[in-house]
Amino acid sequence: MAASSTNTPSGAKPKNTWTLGSVFVYGTLIILALYYLAPLYVMIVTSLKTLPEIRQGNVFALPDAVNLDAWFKAWATACTGLNCDGLSRGFWNSVIITVPSVIVSIAVASVNGYALANWPYRGANVFFTILIFGAFIPYQLMLYPIVIILRNLGVYGDLVGLIIVHTIFGMPILTLLFRNYFSSLPEELFKAARVDGAGFWGIFFKVMLPMSVPILVVAVILQITGIWNDFLFGIVYARPETYPMTVQLNNIVNSTFGEKEYNVNMAATILTGLVPLTVYFVSGKLFVRGIAAGAVKG
Amino acid sequence: MHSVSIQNLDLSFGAVDVLKGLNLDIYDGEFLVLLGSSGCGKSTLLNCIAGLLDITGGQIHIKGNNVTWAEPSERGIGMVFQSYALYPQMSVEGNLSFGLKNAKVPKDEIRRRVDRAAEILQIGPLLNRKPAALSGGQRQRVAIGRALVRDVDVFLFDEPLSNLDAKLRADLRVELKELHRDLKNTMIYVTHDQVEAMTLADRIAIMKGGVIQQLASPDEIYNRPVNKYVADFIGSPSMTFFDGELKGGRFVMGDVNLPTEGYDFTGGQIDGKAIMGIRPEHVASGRDVEDAAYRTTVTAELVEPMGSDTLIWADFAGKRLRVRLDGQMKIADGDQIEIGINPAKANFFDAASELRL
Repeated sequence: MAASSTNTPSGAKPKNTWTLGSVFVYGTLIILALYYLAPLYVMIVTSLKTLPEIRQGNVFALPDAVNLDAWFKAWATACTGLNCDGLSRGFWNSVIITVPSVIVSIAVASVNGYALANWPYRGANVFFTILIFGAFIPYQLMLYPIVIILRNLGVYGDLVGLIIVHTIFGMPILTLLFRNYFSSLPEELFKAARVDGAGFWGIFFKVMLPMSVPILVVAVILQITGIWNDFLFGIVYARPETYPMTVQLNNIVNSTFGEKEYNVNMAATILTGLVPLTVYFVSGKLFVRGIAAGAVKG
Repeated sequence: MHSVSIQNLDLSFGAVDVLKGLNLDIYDGEFLVLLGSSGCGKSTLLNCIAGLLDITGGQIHIKGNNVTWAEPSERGIGMVFQSYALYPQMSVEGNLSFGLKNAKVPKDEIRRRVDRAAEILQIGPLLNRKPAALSGGQRQRVAIGRALVRDVDVFLFDEPLSNLDAKLRADLRVELKELHRDLKNTMIYVTHDQVEAMTLADRIAIMKGGVIQQLASPDEIYNRPVNKYVADFIGSPSMTFFDGELKGGRFVMGDVNLPTEGYDFTGGQIDGKAIMGIRPEHVASGRDVEDAAYRTTVTAELVEPMGSDTLIWADFAGKRLRVRLDGQMKIADGDQIEIGINPAKANFFDAASELRL
């Protein structure tokens, strides 16, 4: 037979990238991506327009000239009730709430998870079950009892009160996360450390924690976004001076008197969402890896 | 003096008894292998000795000290694990010195012991590497080094070679044997690999269901297994067992009638139902057939050439008899070969109790 090089399979298999299927798949993905990105695009262009330009009604049009006035107003001078210092006050309130809540909740939950995974004590499972059950009780049920508790502690309306609430409410999911992660680490490592004479804290700090970077990243992201985006606890347990950024955003957007300043509203919304967005973009890959690592073994 | 002495050890998880009334004395400098299939309690026993599992009853003494309630680090043991269990974020040196730092050993003493271990195990050039940058064999050397630096009397090994490939396993096995010869420490070694057990051990404890079946030298266990389980467990391929009857000094199974002269019956000669076990390598073939008390011709149903020797499977007295032949014999499926059985090399067990007769 003559050498029919095109028909006789030989060597590397030719790759056909432009099949009907792949065009369909990628086409669908692109359309969906545009669909989800459209609101963000509208928000950004609107925030850069002046009010008269917005009134013309071309929602998707690019701004005639980039105008950052709305951004400055949203940050520094927009009024919420009596205060006219924009979102900046809320931003700093949110920072003061988020940073200690994230640190304290993760510090406590990681030790909880470690103890549950590696030092099972009598009643550990009961304790764990109760803790997890707490995650399923609707927040609304606990709102008022917590008001009373905070009032009796003398921190109702204070940032400290909010920090306590966030720390406690982060406990079930974080403990579950850390317990599962520590259970997935080889048990022999823990045994080796015990033979090497390390105690409860020695093993935790010198052996377990250095191996926990992926799950720590997950916990940090979960807590930062969760606490930053919280609205319910913020509006219930804080006062106007201590409102977190989300509550202030609501107050700016929903102010009932005067003209609706769409450009300011858009800028304020983007500003508020910037922190969780940044966290996701910076650590998205680590996040997925950590979630997978914690999910391997239960 | 006994190096490790275990008295009436009980361990139960809830209602499940894992170890029950176990007694075991290990001599100073002895290499003892705990051998058994998975779930027999051998690793559990090792963890009890190490103090990693709290026992339910009994006592454990190490070097004359009652360590029943002592922490693992206080028992004077070093342990090597199957998965190496090296601390991934520490360098090799950090791994070796971690236990010493915890014990607040002075710096120059740590230096001295780490250097000595590195020299013995030839891991000096690796001291600054992380475990991830080491091969499997190197990792296991570091793990052994971690036990070595502790300067302890008793080494515990929990299937240390199981994660290595066959060639490396054979190499490290020899190294372990040399290490034991040079250090003369007591070593307790858990494995399910009978080759490791036979080659390394001074004594082997064969376990089943949390009970030690036989505790004896490899030679004794191979040649005089106390019961059918041990006989079946040791040897690869294992013995072929025949059900039959002992009658007037002869073993009868169907048409086959074997003399038993030369077999050392521990309880004297008896009559009754019995089991005969014979190892593939104890079936006589070739020139040895002439000396055998019983001779016959069988058909090789299946031939497994293994290089150094050849295994054949042949029908004999209603069973598939395994025979080990010289590897140079040219033999094919269906060939007729002459074999002989020597009662002195067979094993007889009571049919009911399965204990050695």
